[in-house]
Amino acid sequence: MRDAVADLAPIVGVIAFFQLVVLRAPFPNLAEVAVGLLCVVAGLALFVQGLESGLFPLGEAIAQGFARKGSASALLAFAFCLGFGTTVAEPALIAVAAEAAVVAADAGFIHATDAARDAYAFNLRMVVAASVGAAIVLGVLRILKGWPLHLLIIGGYLIVTGMTLFAPAEMIGIAFDSGGVTTSTITVPLVTALGVGLASSIKGRNPMLDGFGLIAFASLTPIIFVLAYGMVV
Amino acid sequence: MAFLAQLAATGWQTVLDVLPIVVVLLVFQVAVLRRRLPNARRIAAGFVYVLLGLTLFLIGLTDALFPVGETMARQLTAAAANLAAPAWSDYLPVYAFAAAIGFSTTVAEPSLIAVALKAEDVSGGAVRAWGLRIAVALGVALGVALGCFRIVTGTPLPWYIVAAYVVVIAQTFRSARTIVPLAYDSGGVTTSTVTVPVVAALGLGLAANVPGRSPLIDGFGLIAFASVFPIMSVLGYAKVASWLDRRGKHGKTGSTGNKGNTGN
Repeated sequence: MRDAVADLAPIVGVIAFFQLVVLRAPFPNLAEVAVGLLCVVAGLALFVQGLESGLFPLGEAIAQGFARKGSASALLAFAFCLGFGTTVAEPALIAVAAEAAVVAADAGFIHATDAARDAYAFNLRMVVAASVGAAIVLGVLRILKGWPLHLLIIGGYLIVTGMTLFAPAEMIGIAFDSGGVTTSTITVPLVTALGVGLASSIKGRNPMLDGFGLIAFASLTPIIFVLAYGMVV
Repeated sequence: MAFLAQLAATGWQTVLDVLPIVVVLLVFQVAVLRRRLPNARRIAAGFVYVLLGLTLFLIGLTDALFPVGETMARQLTAAAANLAAPAWSDYLPVYAFAAAIGFSTTVAEPSLIAVALKAEDVSGGAVRAWGLRIAVALGVALGVALGCFRIVTGTPLPWYIVAAYVVVIAQTFRSARTIVPLAYDSGGVTTSTVTVPVVAALGLGLAANVPGRSPLIDGFGLIAFASVFPIMSVLGYAKVASWLDRRGKHGKTGSTGNKGNTGN
């Protein structure tokens, strides 16, 4: 509980400072804000408790389960489903896809009808979800093979840089942002525990060196896939 | 009563968000792994904690912080829009607000808390959870402020991002190998529940108010800044931490990065 208060103190300080000192306006609905803050503090404390007793052990148990079973194809299938399944219903992604459809219609890439926009947004969501699935597969494969992360990520950067030269300008902002919206609050702890768990149960892998990096792939591949989608559609 | 209704609605939404994950986990657990989970009861309880915690967290945020943050973003950007021909320097309060709100929302970001806890655990304490979170938050602060500058000046987004990539690549080759994967991961975790709504509102408000900018084209991109800059700040933090470590220990060898190996 004390940690949760410390987590939250900066936001409260910033908002109070700008409200009272810069904008010189009174604080609106002080009582409501106070109740809201209490909810946030209690929520954070519960979340951290649940991380330690639920999400982390679960991710590790699954990683160990796959390592014991020794079937790489089952593990990779799981990796894809985890990435795809957690992204496809992500509210932030649904919002971004809908905005992207509006941009595409304004720019004349698709017809300015609701049906065309909905189809565009739906396809874009599927593309991003598939790209996160591919990212987790690639990340797990990297842990299994012990490939160096930085070469793969730098390769990804080069691909992104090359693609921005050819992709329509309207899509670039959305593509770059889509990399950030794909990693949700429940996916991150699970995926991190999965990576660290795999790296700890495979001989010759270092959890610090090989365990992290799954999230990095999950925030890079959507940029590439969305740029490609913008170039093709 | 209204509160209970909201609790139920937000809780249901959170359950729906988690449902695909639970289905994937259950299918593979039952059909492929076919082995009882150790401490299944405790894990289930943990899941309930997480759901309940996130629900309360989201309710509190939407009630208390988002409305104030969004109003503030609008007011601050509107204040500069009244000028006849605003220069980039007329928006200084906006950059300051962007940096402050980027920093503070990142400190409260639950997924970053999770990764920081894991990193401290795996590195055997060589990476401090709070140090990592502050480093990431500083990166987001710098990134979001620079992103606002970009919206105001209307310069192309790829220049900034590609330049940031070049810096990241240069830092990568000069950093301890053990910190690099963690640093790359920190880019992706900064932007979720707390940061995205506030930062997105800031970008759209700014693009709507600065003359000559379109929210649809210029409003995007802040999230991209918030995901690249933490990589730099974490790599920088590791350099500073290992330097301080060496100085503090007077000749005892072992930098922060190298100590990570003991977590094996």
